[in-house]
This record gives sequence, structure tokens and C-alpha cells, in this order.
Amino acid sequence: MTEEIIIAGFGGQGVLSMGKILAYSGIMQDKEVSWMPSYGPEMRGGTANVTVILSDERISSPVLKHYDTAIILNQQSMDKFEETVKPGGILLYDPNGILKHPTRKDINIFKIEGAAEASRMSNSKTFNMIILGAYLKIKPVVNMENVLKGLKKSLPDRHHHLIPVNEEAIKVGIEKVQSLQTV
Amino acid sequence: MSEILTPEEIIKKGTLVFKKTKLMTDANLSYCPGCGHGVAHRITMEVLEEMGIAEQTIGIAPVGCSVLAYDFMNIDMQQAAHGRAPAVATGIKRVFPDKYVFTYQGDGDLAAIGTNETIHACNRGENIVIIFINNGIYGMTGGQMAPTTLAGMKSSTSPYGRDLAMTGHPIKITEMVAMLPGVCYATRQAVHKPALVRKAKKAIQKAFENQRDKKGTSIVEIVSNCNSGWKMTPVDSNVWLEENMLPVFPLGDIKG
Amino acid sequence: MEEVKLMKGNEAIAEASIREGVDAYFGYPITPQSEVIEYLMLEEPYKRTGMAVLQAESEIAAINMVYGAAACGKKAMTSSSSPGISLKQEGLSYIAGSELPCVVVNVVRGGPGLGTIQPSQADYFQTVKGGGHGDYRLIVLAPASVQEMSDFVEDGFNLAFKYRNPVMILSDGLIGQMMEKVKLKAQKPRLTENEIRERYGDWATLGNKSENRKIITSLELKPERQEKHNDKLQAKYREVEKNEVRYEKINCENADYLLVAYGSSARICQKTIQLGKEKGLNIGLIRPITLWPFPSKAIYEAADKVKGILAVELSAGQMVEDVRLAVNGKVKVEHFGRYGGMIHSPDEVLSALEQKIIGG
Repeated sequence: MTEEIIIAGFGGQGVLSMGKILAYSGIMQDKEVSWMPSYGPEMRGGTANVTVILSDERISSPVLKHYDTAIILNQQSMDKFEETVKPGGILLYDPNGILKHPTRKDINIFKIEGAAEASRMSNSKTFNMIILGAYLKIKPVVNMENVLKGLKKSLPDRHHHLIPVNEEAIKVGIEKVQSLQTV
Repeated sequence: MSEILTPEEIIKKGTLVFKKTKLMTDANLSYCPGCGHGVAHRITMEVLEEMGIAEQTIGIAPVGCSVLAYDFMNIDMQQAAHGRAPAVATGIKRVFPDKYVFTYQGDGDLAAIGTNETIHACNRGENIVIIFINNGIYGMTGGQMAPTTLAGMKSSTSPYGRDLAMTGHPIKITEMVAMLPGVCYATRQAVHKPALVRKAKKAIQKAFENQRDKKGTSIVEIVSNCNSGWKMTPVDSNVWLEENMLPVFPLGDIKG
Repeated sequence: MEEVKLMKGNEAIAEASIREGVDAYFGYPITPQSEVIEYLMLEEPYKRTGMAVLQAESEIAAINMVYGAAACGKKAMTSSSSPGISLKQEGLSYIAGSELPCVVVNVVRGGPGLGTIQPSQADYFQTVKGGGHGDYRLIVLAPASVQEMSDFVEDGFNLAFKYRNPVMILSDGLIGQMMEKVKLKAQKPRLTENEIRERYGDWATLGNKSENRKIITSLELKPERQEKHNDKLQAKYREVEKNEVRYEKINCENADYLLVAYGSSARICQKTIQLGKEKGLNIGLIRPITLWPFPSKAIYEAADKVKGILAVELSAGQMVEDVRLAVNGKVKVEHFGRYGGMIHSPDEVLSALEQKIIGG
């Protein structure tokens, strides 16, 4: 099994930390992992993206041109990454702020109202965990037990009291994700 | 008293008045006859000997006339890149906080190319001693203008005299670093007269005592002559030093 | 105790330095390697092991602090990225000339000048061919994973002290910023002053009696003596070349085409091998782990068995010169690489191979 994922959105949406939690969950499940962020000025207020790879084998290139899954959280990222999904792959996106919806016919498309659900939970910081839940529902590359372990590993001790609310957000994502197109 | 005595005869008669410290090697000094470096070396080594700390001391030679200080100072020494001695000293002191570390630097090394290292080592209050020989010229490379060259003073790169409008003013770096809280002791001394040599030695001793007591950075500036670079006889250079250098670089404690 | 963590390459270097029992780290912030000093300041290794950590006023000061500490027989290191490494070249030349052991990390970014902060491998010439003034060599290790970022700290210090020579870990923004699983080594104790005296007392300035005093210098006023000193250095470099060449061969059995790539490019090329397989192409990879000494012999031997070689690096073509020297005209050697902070994709490498070697 090798799963190559791009997660892309605005800086501040928790893109990088979501990738980190996913990577840590992979380690908990004895997988090889890599996490490669875009870095630099574009992180500050601009777009942020991270490539996460989970695999049963040694990981080759941490940077890729084509992905099994693209998780897209703003319009700029849609413009840039829709075309990078492998045929038959998955595009998961939050329609919040999206003006041009995906048009590819050869990929599986899902949506999750992450921003809306987060505001319903009255906690915008749960946004990325809602997205993660949606992804894990579509592709259960790691099981929930290991996700929680990964969450615990990647959060500093002082934030461990937030684990239950994050777990709840993941469940919201699992529940609310919708399939728009299956190939 | 017209008889001429051999050194052995002098010692035998109990008339020994001076003995070279063991912490100076027997190598011939490479400095020009009449230069103040030799005296500054000697009193520094005498202080280490008298304080009994030579075996716990690491000295740092700069780039400049005293680049070969390690040939004469008979202790563990490192030779630093031009201007970097205070950074090298910091590196030693951070891994051996209880050893004694000093730099021995000229004006070009300390106050031109190494200004950054000087100021920041002082600002961190590194527990080191900086011995700073200020003779207003680059001696080793043949008498070029130094940051401390006086207004109107001739050098090979200011052949018509230092033009302040073109090259700025003689820098008073000891006063500058004295402003920093990390500096516990800043003083300006000279070694061209016996009484001044004694005072300078006391200042160097106080600097090493500060290091022992972990008080911060001590800087001892020694205004010295460069008879070759100034193109004078040694005696004339000492007179010139009194009349020209000291009004700009007055002697005495600046801090501590 | 061995411990598995998810870490950035830069963090792995920092943690590995604590566990290696390094005595002092001196650094100055620069993207994309600031995490090294940030991690150390957060971890407070001066409390864990007594390791000194200091943010210097400049990269120049930092490398000279390394000089001072290394001259005392201590394990000292610094890290920076390309523009900062340029500033360290004077110090590196002095350290090489004075035969001091230390480890320096370069997390390379795009240049020249201020360039970009994105990954690059365009400091190969500077690192491998000298950088500073004079005839000297750095032993150069090129990590291709976060694990190697960690492991090469120990390997680097072993080599540095074995040969009394500076070691450069030549990484780049990709390996520095990437997170991977890393197995951390058990904590080593720092050497005591007595242990340093036993091992390195014949040269280190530890404070000594006059008759046994030590001098660390790179100066010789007499050219005859300076030539002798250079002879000694050169003899040492020949020893390093004989003993310390490291490389990895991937899929080289029966390969028709060979890629030569180090560090992040080697990772990208491993994916190219997979993509090639899907197209029925049999591609091998030689990954130099030491860039100096360079695995010239391995490449020379491999050249007999392939139809062509593509040197892949994030530069306009630097390592390719050493590959060509190694191959000595036996087969075609071409270069491919994005540069200035752009990263070639595995697909682009495959296209380049098809155009420049297979079709060319």
C-alpha cells in the first residue's frame, strides 16, 4: 500500500498540522511516512500545502507531481491541484469559498462542509480534524485508534485536553462527508 | 664601578634586579627594536605567572604584528583569523568556563575587521580578557592607515595625512564597549615609561582577577608606539606618542 | 534508549547533536535551517547534557567559536544555509589548515546571492572543490533522509576526529524541512576533560605546562615548511579517499541506464526508477553518500554495463563534472536538474532521461 496525498489551503487552516497528525498516525500503524511542506513566505497568510505519503515500503520521492488524493481547501489550491489527481484518484474539498468547482470526470470527488461544521461546533480550530475525518471515511488508511495515538503524539502535552474535541470533530467529518462523483 | 660583570657574576653578588618570566620563550622577539609589544607580552605573562594560572590559560593570537605571539608567550595558544579572536575566545570559554582565556589584538584586528566580534563578545559579557594594543597603524603589512590613525597622520594609505572627511575619525572603541553592561572593566594604559608599565601590569592583573571572579569582559587598551610605521626613532616615537596619541586616547580607567 | 519520532530533518540534526554528546553548537538563524537552533534553544541541552548552545552575532562569529572550541578537543558544530555558509568559508579554511575536527551542516537553498529559500544543490562546487582559500578538503556527507540527517551527526564526528578534519553535512531545504520517521540513537555521555586529555591531549589546547604547551595555528612564515604541512594534509586526504568512500546502489543489477544523484535528488530518482519500470525501462541509481571522497570507482565500473548516464542534481550542472571525470568518456553522460529553488519531479527526470540519453 502506498498513499500519496496533497493537502492544500490557506496558511492558518491547519493544513500542515493535519498532515503531521496523519503522518504520526501512519507511524503508529507501522507505516513508512513522509511529510513535505511548502515553506517560506507563502505560508504567511498565503497558500500552504503539504505532501504526505504513507506506505508499507521505503518511500522514494517526498515531492510528487501526481497524487492518489488531493484535499483542497481554497480556490487557489483547486486551480493548482485538481489536475494533479491521478485518474481514478480522489479529490476531497470544502466548497466554502470555492467559485469554480472541480470538473474532472475521471476522478472520485467528495465534499465536506468543514468550515460550516466547525462554526456549528463553535470552534474554528476543529476545521482540519473535520477534514481529516472526512478523508479517513473515504480512505481508511489508518484506523481510529492509531489516529488518536497520532493526535496525542503530535500535540504538545499542554494541548492534550483538546484531544476529545478533536476526536469529536473527526467523527463529524466521518459523518458529514458526501460523495459527488464516483468513477 | 668601572668593572664589567657577566650575568653570572651579577646574580652571584645578589644584585639580581630583573629576571625574564618563564612564560616568555627564549625565541628572539620578531618586533622592531623600540616597539611596545615586547613589554606588553612580558607583563601579561608575568601576571599569569604571579597569579599561578598559566596552566589553566589559553591565549589567542590575532592577525597583525602579534600574529606570532604564540612563539613568545610560553603557554597554550590558538591563532585566530583576522578580527575573530573574541569569537574564538567565546568558543573556548563556553566549553571551558573555568579556564582563563585572553585575546591579544591590535587596532586593525580589534577595531576594524573584528569590530562586530569585539562588540558582541563584550555585549554578552564573555568572561574573557581582551588586551588591545593601539598604535594607530597597521604595522605588519607595512604602515597602512588603521581605524585609530589620528587626523592628519600619514600612513602608506593616507600619504597626505588622514582626511577625516574621506575616512572618518579615529575610533575610540574602548570607550564604546565601556558603555555595554557586559563589560566590567575598561581601561587605557601605556608602556613607554617604567611607571606606566607598572600601572599597565596592575590593570592586566585586575582584568584576570575579574575573569577569575566571573565579572564579565575586561578590556585593557595599551596605547603603544610603532616607530617603524611612524618612521621615527624609538625615542622620538615615544615623545610623539605623548604629544599626539595621548590627547586623543587619554590614559586611565574608563569603567570599573 | 532508541526512540522513534516523526521529525523534520533540521530537528533530527539538532536532537542527534545532543545525543551524540556534542559539547557546543554555535549558530545564526537563516531559512531553511533555523529549526536547528530553535530546537536546541527549546530543548535546553545545557540542562540535559551540559552542551553549550549560543546564537552568535554572525555566521562568521559562529564558525570561529567552533574553531575555539574544537581547538580544545571538544565536539563543536554549526549549521547554516548557503549565504551563511559562504560567510563561514574563511573559518573553514582555517579549521582545515589547523587540522581541527568539527561538523558543519549546510541546508542548501537556491542561489546565487540571496537567491531563494527553497531547496537547491547548487553549493556542490563550493563544498566539494574547496570553498575557502588554499588546498584543503572537507569530508562531505550527503543525507537523503531524515534518518540520515540524524545518523550523519555521529558519523560526521567520528570522521572529523579520526582525521582531524572538518566534516560538512551537505543537505538541502527539502531534507531539512521534510518530516519522516527517525530512529534516534541512545544518549552518549559528553567526554570529560580527562578523557579529552587522554584522547586528544597531544594536540588540544587544554591548558598545559610551558614545556608541554600546545599551539593551534595555520600559519607558517616559511614556505618550505608550509609546503611540508600541505604534503601532510594531502597524505591525509589520500587516506580518506582510500578508506571512506560511501555510496548506495539501487536497482543497478541489469540496468540499461544509470542515474547518479545524491540527497533529495536521489530520493526523487528512486520514484523515477518506478515510473520507468511501468514503461518497461530498466533504470539504476548510484547515490553518492560521500561527495568527497567521490565514489568515482563505483561509477567508472558501472559505466561499463549501461548505455548512458544521467547526473541529476538541483543545479545547472556541478556534480556532473565529477561523474564525467569518473566515467572518462566510456559512455554518454548528461546532466539534468531544475535550479534556483525549483524541484524536478520524478516525471521530469524520466522525460530528461528519455530525451537526453535514451533518445539522444
